[in-house]
Amino acid sequence: MSSSNAAAKTATKSGGGMLSGLTTWIDERFPLTALWKSQVSEYYAPKNMNFWYYFGSLALVVLVIQILSGLFLTMNYKPSSADAFGSVEYIMRDVEWGWLIRYIHSTGASAFFIVVYLHMFRALLYGSYQKPRELLWIFGMLIYFALMAEGFFGYLLPWGNMSYWGAQVIVSLFGAIPVVGDSLTEWIRGDFYISDVTLNRFFALHVVAIPFALVFLVIAHLMALHEVGSNNPDGVEIKKVKGPDGIPLDGIAFHPYYTVKDMVGLGVFLILFALVIFFAPTLGGYFLENANFDPANSLQTPPHIAPVWYFTPFYAILRAVPSKPLGAALMGIAVVLFVFLPWLDRGKVKSIRYRGPLFKFFLYSFAISFLALGYLGMQPPTPAFTLAARVFTVIYFAFFLLMPWYTSIDKTKPVPTRVTYHAH
Amino acid sequence: MRIDRHKQKILAFVAALVALPSVALAAGGETHVEKANNDIHNQASLQRGARNFVNYCLACHSARYVRYNRVAADIGLTEQQMVENLLWSGESPHSTMTNGLHADDGKQWFGVAPPDLSLIARSKGTDYVYTFLRSFYADPAKGTGVNNLSLPGTAMPHVLWELQGTQEAVWEGQTDAQGNVQKHFKEFTLASPGKLTPEEYDAFVRDTVNFLEYIGEPVQARRQALGYWVIAFLVFFTLLAYALKKEYWKDVK
Repeated sequence: MSSSNAAAKTATKSGGGMLSGLTTWIDERFPLTALWKSQVSEYYAPKNMNFWYYFGSLALVVLVIQILSGLFLTMNYKPSSADAFGSVEYIMRDVEWGWLIRYIHSTGASAFFIVVYLHMFRALLYGSYQKPRELLWIFGMLIYFALMAEGFFGYLLPWGNMSYWGAQVIVSLFGAIPVVGDSLTEWIRGDFYISDVTLNRFFALHVVAIPFALVFLVIAHLMALHEVGSNNPDGVEIKKVKGPDGIPLDGIAFHPYYTVKDMVGLGVFLILFALVIFFAPTLGGYFLENANFDPANSLQTPPHIAPVWYFTPFYAILRAVPSKPLGAALMGIAVVLFVFLPWLDRGKVKSIRYRGPLFKFFLYSFAISFLALGYLGMQPPTPAFTLAARVFTVIYFAFFLLMPWYTSIDKTKPVPTRVTYHAH
Repeated sequence: MRIDRHKQKILAFVAALVALPSVALAAGGETHVEKANNDIHNQASLQRGARNFVNYCLACHSARYVRYNRVAADIGLTEQQMVENLLWSGESPHSTMTNGLHADDGKQWFGVAPPDLSLIARSKGTDYVYTFLRSFYADPAKGTGVNNLSLPGTAMPHVLWELQGTQEAVWEGQTDAQGNVQKHFKEFTLASPGKLTPEEYDAFVRDTVNFLEYIGEPVQARRQALGYWVIAFLVFFTLLAYALKKEYWKDVK
């Protein structure tokens, strides 16, 4: 992080030709080379980063995909209750490549959450939220919250019947807050029901406010990451063992090593992404719900209302609780609890490789509960399902609330001073 | 040894957690739906479906997002053929498939305005539409004289009765714990045959459903065809990236 402007200048002067002349000209006015070096070519990342480390750069790629595809959608979309549904069909049928842009955006929404959930799980596996990465983790969580808001606002825009009723259900949750609940829901909707006014403000939030917040938070997240350095599957701080040149012995330059490696991850990701876009854009009703091909109708409730899959774990928690205010509160807490992980975890080690059996037990139970709640949140609430959702809700919360206990008594293994790496 | 015991316990617990939703799933029920087995790549079927749609559906149901000339190009008709066979007089080939029925009139005449069918196959599924069109049966209690097993109490008359003939539903009685008789559908019998044999009628409905699936997403066939090229390119890109990664990472010891 400490390469200076002056150092950058001398480095570029050694080259020749027009391009280096231009670089020098810019460097005297803007720290271009210095930034490139400190953030990319001389940012040293642990050499043992594995499969789980693809999802950070992929999340960045998906953000760019969403912003670009979203830009072209806004050129043809009409944010009004009379025209929104029709304008989406116009994009699907009459706009050149509109169908592709729309499927990229709708698949990108789900891809964003898949990638972010895997990215978050990586942090749980390797203790990436632990000291000194607390703030990095908090920025990440804020990104996640912004992403949830982005997904929620965006889901209303096609103005399908599931858009309408999904928004209706989620907005009504704020009504569960005592005293101010009703006025709060009215304030959010801007009307007494989900209407044209609501659609307009959700559009504004979806295309201006939240994307701005997202980009800002992503920059903060990356700055914090490059300040403290990347964690790794061993949970070893590579900065503790440096060579005579001041470079961590287990560190390799982000560029070219991780840029080429992430390119492979990107390729695999894009293959899966394209498979969905070209061969299963609705993914059997999970990425684009069937009921959303009916226009919004305030008089006709879809037979079964469920949020899109990425919200269903929390929706299942909401439904598992008999009282609505308590359920809404638990749902909110379930999301926010992640923020406190750095302080709930009393473990002496970071990585799952050196954790004891208790942590493994709770982490894997949590992961399964999260998936199971996600499944249950999509299903109609039968008594058996509700019972299952309650069991998984208890396990979900136990992971967080019992963490100070089980991480402090767990039998951990000794952590090596250097990372584990076998050259290929 | 200790670790192994722990591992076993964790595994058993994990297995129990995974099993839980599937136990709960077995408690749910399902309604009977026939498979449409249509094929949007079959252009002859799409052409017959378009003919059926224009002749039997369009008078009441619009397909307001669907353009005639796009349909013609996609299902292999020349503009001339389309104008002669599909277009109502006075319509431009660029116009969308609408009709003269006002929503208010529709509501007054049928109780509900006939829905637009542009996206019916996407919202309800082709199997549902196929089953629906084959599930009308005589019901004297209804104003239209028919009811439908897939959508009980439907306001839609059996527009295709002339082709299918008249079906009657056979019910089985079952007495439940409270002593109420529960009617369960057993089968349809053909009370009076129509112009088409049952096999011909099924094929007629299948073609119609095929057309409805096509208009639900006109780009579907092209999307899939393009997909193979995109995937092929991405596989090539990934292999190239992998070779590059291998080369660079040789230095990392």
